Amino acid sequence: MRRTRWPIRRWGPPVLLISPSLAVVGVFVYGLLAVNAKTSATDIHTAAQATGRKPSVFVGFDNYVSLLGTAAFQHSLKNLLLYTAVFLVGTMAFGFLWAWLLDQPVRFEGVFRSVYLFPMAVSFVASGVVWRWLLNSNQDTAASGLNRLFQTMGLGFLQNSWWNNVSWGIAAIAIPAVWQLSGYVMALFLAGFRGIPTELREAARMDGASEWKLYRHVIFPQLSPVALSAVIVVGHMSLKAFDLIMSISKPANYQTKVPAIDMYVFKSSFDYADSAAVGVVLLVIVAVLIVPYLVHLSRAEKQS
Amino acid sequence: MRRIRSITVAIAGLAAAGLALAACSSNGATPSSTGSGAQGAASEVEVFTWWASGSEKLGLDAMVSVFEKQHPDVKFINGAVAGGAGSAAKDLLQSRLQANNPPDTFQAHAGAELTDYIDAGQIQDVSALYDQFKIRDVFPKDLIDLLTVDGKIYSVPSNIHRANMVWANPTVLTAAGLDPAAKYATLKDWFPALDAVKASGKTALSVATTWTQVNLLETILIADLGATDYAGLWTGATDWKGAKVTTALTDFQKLMSYTNTDRDGLDWPDATQQVIDGTAGFNIMGDWAVAAFEAAGKTAGTDFTYFPVPGTDGIFDFLADSFTLPVGAPHEDGAKAWLETVGSLEGQTAFNKAKGSIPARTDAKATDFSEYQQTAIASFAKDTIVPSLAHGAAASIKTLNAISDATSKFTTGASDLAAFQSELATAAGK
Repeated sequence: MRRTRWPIRRWGPPVLLISPSLAVVGVFVYGLLAVNAKTSATDIHTAAQATGRKPSVFVGFDNYVSLLGTAAFQHSLKNLLLYTAVFLVGTMAFGFLWAWLLDQPVRFEGVFRSVYLFPMAVSFVASGVVWRWLLNSNQDTAASGLNRLFQTMGLGFLQNSWWNNVSWGIAAIAIPAVWQLSGYVMALFLAGFRGIPTELREAARMDGASEWKLYRHVIFPQLSPVALSAVIVVGHMSLKAFDLIMSISKPANYQTKVPAIDMYVFKSSFDYADSAAVGVVLLVIVAVLIVPYLVHLSRAEKQS
Repeated sequence: MRRIRSITVAIAGLAAAGLALAACSSNGATPSSTGSGAQGAASEVEVFTWWASGSEKLGLDAMVSVFEKQHPDVKFINGAVAGGAGSAAKDLLQSRLQANNPPDTFQAHAGAELTDYIDAGQIQDVSALYDQFKIRDVFPKDLIDLLTVDGKIYSVPSNIHRANMVWANPTVLTAAGLDPAAKYATLKDWFPALDAVKASGKTALSVATTWTQVNLLETILIADLGATDYAGLWTGATDWKGAKVTTALTDFQKLMSYTNTDRDGLDWPDATQQVIDGTAGFNIMGDWAVAAFEAAGKTAGTDFTYFPVPGTDGIFDFLADSFTLPVGAPHEDGAKAWLETVGSLEGQTAFNKAKGSIPARTDAKATDFSEYQQTAIASFAKDTIVPSLAHGAAASIKTLNAISDATSKFTTGASDLAAFQSELATAAGK
């Protein structure tokens, strides 16, 4: 009886509690997303229009059509795809390998764990400066960085132009990214390994499962949620790649253009509409990755 | 139970109220901080530049000491932003202007780069100050024309640089069997020298990232088109698709083949350093490079030589820094005081002696300056003056960005010469 008379007593306090963060997120995330989307549908391509001195009109999807039609932006998207592929495969492979090695009974496990995890503590900008030196594209007599190392080790044939290759250059920039984030993926997998009860492994061995079958049918299935989280975390970081590329290469360098760099260049030439359009394209790409994951999570929660 | 619930309600209510308060106070703070009773006052001046290190900072410091003598009652506030050869500063400036929170005065390249600010109504006409400070006739007319839009002058120039200079290392040239004192009248005369340096195992021509390649491109366009046709590229009088431009681009392609492969990861000081260190023979760079040679303790004539890019003798590819008066500057009178110092002979002499550029004023005493600067002052007085592309004098930021993109695409090998030329033509139309 009292409940129906005062329903606010039931839902009021929780709503009040979350209202501050709701308001902040509403304004600063979703509100600004909406403003951005609105800008992307206008013809604000000059400084005068950006400040409202000259009129701007609604043009719908024109900016998207022209943007996606340019060879330059298609090149950026191709670069983004390549970067993400190398980054994802690299971090997952190294992360899993290190976690698997550390899961074996080894001495100084804590030391190794820190060693692998440590690069994550370095900012992309700082490591980018160092990797710019390491990935110097000079070869033979003028070589430095990794090319120099290859030479002194007698592996001169491995020398290459790294990120200065116009087709594959962006993959070289994924190398530092893999170096930095593999430790994080390792930590996730290690937690996954440790979460598998010893009884399960023992039971499988009792039943005569080979090591491979043990991994295939007992360990891997239990690691798949961890792997999925790792893919999502690393994948969305990769799509937003900007700082590492900016500190190794330069925004005007064609070989390392990605959409986030395009967005920056458009913004600096007062082309707010195209800049906003690139932003929306990036948001959509990230959403394609994240939304199915969130749907999957909420389904899994309902089931349990 | 009930008590706990009411406590929860109270806490949540407090949190919401706190947020509302914070929102109010932040709203209230904005107008009060910009209009804190100092509207237009000459108590201080925030000078926004990207002169944060090296010879640029020394120049700014020298200017400030003159300013403090001329205007002891105005406090100088250094708003210099470091990083990215000015790009970090320009980004910050853009957002400050957008938010109607401009500095009292900011540095901008003279010429087309100013047009964006003018169109956006972000800077004021300072013609009246030219009359007040009596500086209308002390600057060359070519320069004033570049600062003028619709009969109004929008900034006060502080210094002039020349972008079409070659810097060379005589030791490297001698080792390659060349005469270090040789003069090259045309690019064709110069190529054999580049071949000789290349054959000696050194980098023939050092270059750095995209903007320095654009700087190289513009000097080659000047060399092959001549001053009139080059200037015509920016007014529409010269056809970008013409045969002369094709020749220039072919020469540019050939010159790029002499350059270092790690160029895209470098900025201009790295490329100039290669000439200083003797790992490269030649470098094409603006005359701010002279400061790098001097900082390394090198003497002009013996340790390094310089000459205009072959084919551009008698043409001064110019760029200038200038200071503006933004609309809504919090200390407008302070900014005017700063502009007076910038335009004064004393200020320009002190600034340019330290920075290595030359004064924009034509009445500066040449003997006050270094050997290189004296030659630049002499050239500036008699040469044909053309605006630089890479430094914002010739084209708007948007055109420059589009040309940079096309150039980077070409030099990384993603487009051929014909595609490059048609992309440049499209870019120039933006």
